[in-house]
Formats: sequence, structure tokens, C-alpha cells
Amino acid sequence: MSTTQVKEADERILRTSPLRKLLGRPELGSVVGAIAVFVFFVFFADSFLRASSLSTVLYAASTIGIMAVPVALLMIGGEFDLSAGVMVTSSALVSSMFSYQATANVWVGVGVSLLVTLAIGAFNGFMLTRTKLPSFIITLGTFLMLTGLNLGFTKLIDGTVSTKSIADMEGFPSARDVFASTVTVAGVGFKVTILWWLALVAVASWILLRTRAGNWIFAVGGNKDAARAVGVPVTRTKIGLYMGVALGAWIAGQHLLFSYDVVQSGEGVGNELIYIIAAVIGGCLITGGYGSAVGSAVGALIFGMTSKGIVFAEWNPDWFKFFLGAMLLLATLLNAWVRKRAEATK
Amino acid sequence: MTQTPAAEALVELSGVSKNYGNVRALEGVSLEVRAGEITCVLGDNGAGKSTLIKIIAGLHQHDGGTLSLDGAETRLASPREALDRGIATVYQDLAVVPLMPVWRNFFLGSEPRKGAGPFKRMDVDHMRRTTHAELLRMGIDLRDVDQPIGTLSGGERQCVAIARAVHFGAKVLVLDEPTAALGVKQSGVVLKYVAAARDQGLGVVLITHNPHHAYLVGDRFVLLKRGTMVGNHEREDITLDELTTQMAGGTELDDLRHELQRTQGRGDRRA
Repeated sequence: MSTTQVKEADERILRTSPLRKLLGRPELGSVVGAIAVFVFFVFFADSFLRASSLSTVLYAASTIGIMAVPVALLMIGGEFDLSAGVMVTSSALVSSMFSYQATANVWVGVGVSLLVTLAIGAFNGFMLTRTKLPSFIITLGTFLMLTGLNLGFTKLIDGTVSTKSIADMEGFPSARDVFASTVTVAGVGFKVTILWWLALVAVASWILLRTRAGNWIFAVGGNKDAARAVGVPVTRTKIGLYMGVALGAWIAGQHLLFSYDVVQSGEGVGNELIYIIAAVIGGCLITGGYGSAVGSAVGALIFGMTSKGIVFAEWNPDWFKFFLGAMLLLATLLNAWVRKRAEATK
Repeated sequence: MTQTPAAEALVELSGVSKNYGNVRALEGVSLEVRAGEITCVLGDNGAGKSTLIKIIAGLHQHDGGTLSLDGAETRLASPREALDRGIATVYQDLAVVPLMPVWRNFFLGSEPRKGAGPFKRMDVDHMRRTTHAELLRMGIDLRDVDQPIGTLSGGERQCVAIARAVHFGAKVLVLDEPTAALGVKQSGVVLKYVAAARDQGLGVVLITHNPHHAYLVGDRFVLLKRGTMVGNHEREDITLDELTTQMAGGTELDDLRHELQRTQGRGDRRA
């Protein structure tokens, strides 16, 4: 291992153009897209550049982004989770109903909810690795079951489709501070979920790029059999990824509960696709093995800018889905091109 | 690495058999792998080569016969256990994760780490440097260890996998058809590294259906046909011609030759 050899290599790396390096980043497409969307709304929506608008956009992005991060990791690991949307609602319901029925401190409910939600994630992962069925089927099953359980249990216990208010219960103010408070910076209120979101992006990026687990996540998504053959614990990695999604669902669920004091049991259906869209726009390959946490955050930001930008521009919000669909198509095309480049000589 | 000829074989199979349900994939196969020697396993498609590899690599367990490592009978429960006991397997098609950078692939499954507690992390600098140096030692001068391994040629990818096994102190290297998808020149390069690994004292199992490649480097030859062993020869007991003939099915080949000659003869008469 002589240093001259390494130096030699370094000299030649300098010849790789910075543009080529940039093109190799998974986030590239989403960053270009985000800039385009930003410029678009600056032009068409007068109030878009106001600080309060920025806060609104970031809040919308964060509620999606908190889930898009673990969903992106899962997708890099080669799997989907269609139950992610309703799992958020389940988590909020468990927390709220447990506290109310047991007349306990709400933090007890929050803790129980964490355990239950992680168990749901573990169930998804366990079923997937055990049955070897596609994750699409397994989590579609969980999605339907959770949707039914959310409505069924809520009606059974509370008689209506929403839970009883827990606003006057012990621990509610402190829990609200943690999950749903507003931090005022320079006169503008920012929701605390933005901090949760950024923290999750940072932790996920650290895991993905600098830890052994991150190496395993890329490997199980890129070539599961090769990973297993060199000794990567594929089963453990996949179950861990599903529990990561559950952790995100718990955070998002507690926010859902504590930003009000009741939970609507029918909420969350359809959000699973938005999380997946954010991850895909952010450069995750739908086939696994490639992507980034930062990309998913940019994907969520695009979602936030588009959904709120249309409101600021005073257009009919019906147009929103069209924009989202167009972004998704463009991003996927770009990703396909990147993958082809990466596997050029294969 | 000690290289006394009297030492126990690193891996020894004796009368090993394996069934998949009611299909007999392997029956009564014996072979031994010694340090600093190359044992070639030859056979046509469906002869049971892959099943044999999977048993040695710990992916499948044998149903009959014995598997001994360093003279002690054992059973390998998983690829991880096989690896821990010094058996590294390089598969033809699933050796690497194409989209991952070369350095991540090189250390996949055995990542060196530094730091403690929640800040325990991969030693990325060390991984990059080692990958570059180890590949250079094998004669592959990579410009950038960050490039996805899928951008390397087939031969280079095989070599990365072999270099990886050697680096992690494998005692036995199992190679599944390393030259199958390669051109003549690249096959030569790969065979050179196989020989290099042998010279470093590793025991090598080379699976192939090409007797010419096998005879270039092999010390002993095991021939498989339809799941059974039809020959087990030391190098001095057999010539390349005999090996080719046996491999192609001996008398069957003669029959084929006669048949072809006859058709050809008829064609001549008609002309």
C-alpha cells in the first residue's frame, strides 16, 4: 500500500469533470425539479416569497418528509410499504385511545403507541422475509387490515369515527410541545415537525453513507442474493427497514394527534403513495439499490411547494395532482437514464 | 500458510449426496481441496456443479455422506458460517452489487469500523485505500474506486471478487464458472489470478465446463455427470485429451463423430 500509488490515482480522479460527478448524484433530478418549481411559483404566486408562506410550505413538506425519509430507505432496500399512510393514523389512534381509556398520562399512551407501531412494522418485515411474497402484496394486506381496524376499533370504543378529546389530560401540554409546537424565528412561526424532519434526514443520511447498516441497505436492494452470499444479514436488514418506517409513522402520528386533540380514524389513506412519490422524485430507484435520504427531502419539498404554491397562486387545487404526476414521470425518466449510465457495460 | 503435503485436506467431501424433494441432484460425490492446489470440478449443464458449490458454500446442507473441514466432520449452516471458517465463494452472476461503488462492494459483509456507541461508523478512508491497493496488487489499476462496480468489465468484476476473498484471509476459494461469460483474453486474466491465489497458499475449487481452462491450472479433476461422479483424477494421471473426451461423454462423442461423418459422406456422394 504505497502512497505513490494512491497519489497516482488521485491525479487521474482530478480529470473526471465535476459535471460528471454531479450527474452521478441521486438527488440531481429532484434538485433541478425543486429549483424549477420554486422559480415557477415565485413568478406566478405573488405571496410565495413571504416568510409566512415559506413556513407553510416547509410545514407541508415536513409532514410528508418525516415519512418519506424511512420510505426512501426502505425503497433503497428494495421494498415498498403501502401500509405507511394508515399506519400514521393507527399510531395516533392507539396513543389517544389508550390514554383515554386507561385515564393515564398521555405519555403512557405515546409510549404504548411506539411499541404497537414498531410491532406493526416488524410484522410487515417478518411476513415479507418469511413468506418471500412481494412486499406489494404483504403491505397491501396490512394496509387494508389497518384501515379496517382503525375504523372498527374507533367506532366500537368511541361510538363515532373520531376519538374523544384528550386535551384536558395529564401530560398533554408537554406532548404537544414535543410533537406539535410552533417555534418563532424572527417573527415567523415554524412548526416543530420541520426540526423532526431535518433530524430524520440527517440521521438517515448518516446511516446510509457512513455505517455498516447503510452498506447493507444498498446491498439488499441492489442484489439480495449477492448480499446474502457475502454474509449480509438480509432478513434483519429488511425487518429493520420496516421498523424504521414504523418509527416515522409514530412521529407523524403523534403530530397528527397533538396538533389537535382528536383523531379522525379514516385519515391517512392515499398518503402512502405520496411518500413513495417523494422518494422516487428524490432519486430512489423503484427497483431498489439506489437513492438518498436528502433526495426524499427534496421530493417532499417539491410536494410542499406545489401543494401550497397552487393555493398562493389562487388556482383551483384540483391542478395539484396533475403537477405531482408530471413531476413523478419526469423524475422517473431521469432516474432510468442514470441507472443505465451506472450499469453501462453490464 | 503451511503447505505440508501430509496435512489434512482443507475441505474433504466423501460420498456426498443431495436431494431436492424427489429429485436427486447429487449422489456419492467425493473431492478434496488442499492448500496451494487447484481442484477442478468439471461437468456439463445439469451435472450438479452448482449443487456441489452450494453445499461447500453453506447455502444448502448435504443429505448424505460427510463434509470435513481440516479433518473434522461438520455441517455448514449458512454462508456466514462457511465464510467464518475460511471458505469464500465467488459466484459467476451474483458476486457483486452492480450499482454500488467498488469500495463498498469490496468490503460488503465485512465492513471495518471505527468509533464507539452511536458514532460507530465504517472506516471509509481505509476502505477506499485498501480497495485500491488490493486491486493494484492483482494488476487492476482503477481510476476511481467510487465508480459503480457495474461499470467494470466481467473479468475485472471476477477479479475484484477474488481479490476480496484473498484479502479477507480465505483459506479456500470456490469459483463458480469464473470464465464462462468471458472472452479468451479476459479468461486468461482471470485464470492468472486464480493461479496467483493458489500461489498465496489458498486451496481453490474451480468449477467449469471448459476442460482447456481447467487443465491450464488444475492439480486434480473431478468429473460430474447427471449428479454422479464419473471421474476423480490427479493431474499426472490424465492428459488434456483424455479429460476432454471424458468430459464430453467418451463413447457418446465417438458415436456422434460417426454419425456426423456418415451424413457428411452422404453429402459428398450426392455432390
